[in-house]
Amino acid sequence: MKRRGFIRNSLLSAAALAVGRTNSAEAASGVLQIPEWTKRLGSGVGTEAYGKPSIFERNVIRRFLPLIQPTREASISFCPLQDLHGTITPNGLFFERHHAGTPKIDPDVHLLVIHGMVDKPLKFTANDLMRFPSISRIHFVECAGNGALEQHGASNNALQFTHGMLSCAQWTGVPLRLLLEEAGVRNGAKWLLSEGADAVALARSFPLDKALDDAMIAYAQNGEQLRPEQGYPLRLILPGWEGVANVKWLRRLEVGDRPWQTREETSTYTDLLPSGKARQFTFIQEAKSVITSPCPERPMPGKGYFSIEGLAWSGEGKIKRVDVSFDGGRNWQQARIKGPVLDKALTRFQIDWQWNGQQALLQSRVTDETRYVQPSYKQLRKVRGTDSVYHNNAIQTWLVHPSGEVENVQIG
Amino acid sequence: MSRSVKTAATLLLGLLIAYASGQRSMAQTYGLGSPTNGKEIAAWNIDVGPDGVGLPIGQGTSQTGEPVFLEKCAVCHGDFGEGVGRFRALIGEKSSLTSDRPIKSVGGYWPYATTLWDYINRAMPFGNAQSLTSDEVYAVSAYILAMNDIITEDEVMNAQTLPKVKMPNRDGFIFARGTDIKAITCMKNCVDKVTITSRALGNKGVPAKP
Repeated sequence: MKRRGFIRNSLLSAAALAVGRTNSAEAASGVLQIPEWTKRLGSGVGTEAYGKPSIFERNVIRRFLPLIQPTREASISFCPLQDLHGTITPNGLFFERHHAGTPKIDPDVHLLVIHGMVDKPLKFTANDLMRFPSISRIHFVECAGNGALEQHGASNNALQFTHGMLSCAQWTGVPLRLLLEEAGVRNGAKWLLSEGADAVALARSFPLDKALDDAMIAYAQNGEQLRPEQGYPLRLILPGWEGVANVKWLRRLEVGDRPWQTREETSTYTDLLPSGKARQFTFIQEAKSVITSPCPERPMPGKGYFSIEGLAWSGEGKIKRVDVSFDGGRNWQQARIKGPVLDKALTRFQIDWQWNGQQALLQSRVTDETRYVQPSYKQLRKVRGTDSVYHNNAIQTWLVHPSGEVENVQIG
Repeated sequence: MSRSVKTAATLLLGLLIAYASGQRSMAQTYGLGSPTNGKEIAAWNIDVGPDGVGLPIGQGTSQTGEPVFLEKCAVCHGDFGEGVGRFRALIGEKSSLTSDRPIKSVGGYWPYATTLWDYINRAMPFGNAQSLTSDEVYAVSAYILAMNDIITEDEVMNAQTLPKVKMPNRDGFIFARGTDIKAITCMKNCVDKVTITSRALGNKGVPAKP
């Protein structure tokens, strides 16, 4: 009995050690084996009090480029669009853009103050805001600088770095209109200043019209309280407008009658034209699309059928159609919109492809409900030149090599 | 009409008005949040407008600003505002904006001097924000403006003089209204020749110039 038990245990340990070999033996014999995880108990509930992705997904992470910004506190991390599905960005992968790092804010101390041209200046705690009737809306947030690294030519061979300053979440909060009604906006008011509680007290002006239209003060994203990197405990959401205007760690809204001309709307986030003049208050993230599969990080697995997938979005509203080209923009075919099609939200598209193994130049081009058509680099540069930095929404080209490798290129 | 009917009618009308106004106020406001006032929020109410609204009492010149700048700002922006590494240059010319490598410096790009005061006061020095006195902010603003030859070294900057400083690129901005891009939906033979003008492979993530 004792001896038999010993033999049995030895065999088990040997089997455990041979898991790797079992797989190759399985491949060689063509007979499926029973894996260890089918024989032994898994981990119990509560092993991870807050669950994490599978350890096999450890490469699905935000990444940053050390060269582009002076410090990690005033920098950007890019969302791994190449690894994501659907249209909602998991909270831990939402891109980051901070100007002075992520503050650790105690929600019991934090306040939102509304003052200026109002009858009744008010302050709110996050808990006060949660007493209002809430709304939940799915909207993308895209940094105005998304694609800036590509403005002089194809630079980064990675979708994560060409388009990853983009994410989409379901935001829950209070319509800003309700708070302004509570405070009573005075006649003659036209603009608001929004200000964060971070260590640059980031400040931006935006028009009252937007505040009364679809602006919201969000306290939650994708079902949980905002992540610290996304503005915990309160942030402004200006649907479809450049990321920087969606002020995080929001502490103050001042109502006024003209823009404040803050640093983030003069020195930066203004779009320099070849004439030397710069466009200012270019809030809207105009329609843009990109093929996410294949892409440099997701090469073609081989000849034959492949469902091309991508993302399309517009700061002006809903996506109306997406066209895909296989020959660098000479000819186009209409793609299927996968849906759901939501206002100012990421939208998925697909198109069937029978790849014959030859070189191809893949592009996608979106048209939104305002009939705005995504421009080519040639069309965009004709107007904006190559030093506009912000709002690069040009058509992306992926060169598919016969090897299946995918390269970021630009077409003249 | 008898007196009782009259009273009843008045009462009913009163109730109707009360109900209607009650409904309206319910729809409009929730009575949430707490009142605040200028005194309570003074430390947070730091914004300065292009007209100078919000500028506090205080003053400084380039001469008084120089030691502050050298001690607290030069480590990132350089002794002469030339910028260190990827930290921004503060000095420059407007002519740079049409050059091969445009620099958006204070002297060459910023439209308002008030923005300088506002930003230094709210965000600088980087990592030790809101630590300068109003006099120091005026003085450092004056130093940066003087380095750019916009004011003289002994010109006093205060709530009256700073908003009047005319920045070289004051008229360099266009208020964007609507899109500036008009592309069309073409489906067949849209371009004559497809030429690859740049490629990313071999590039190490450093933006190239065409």
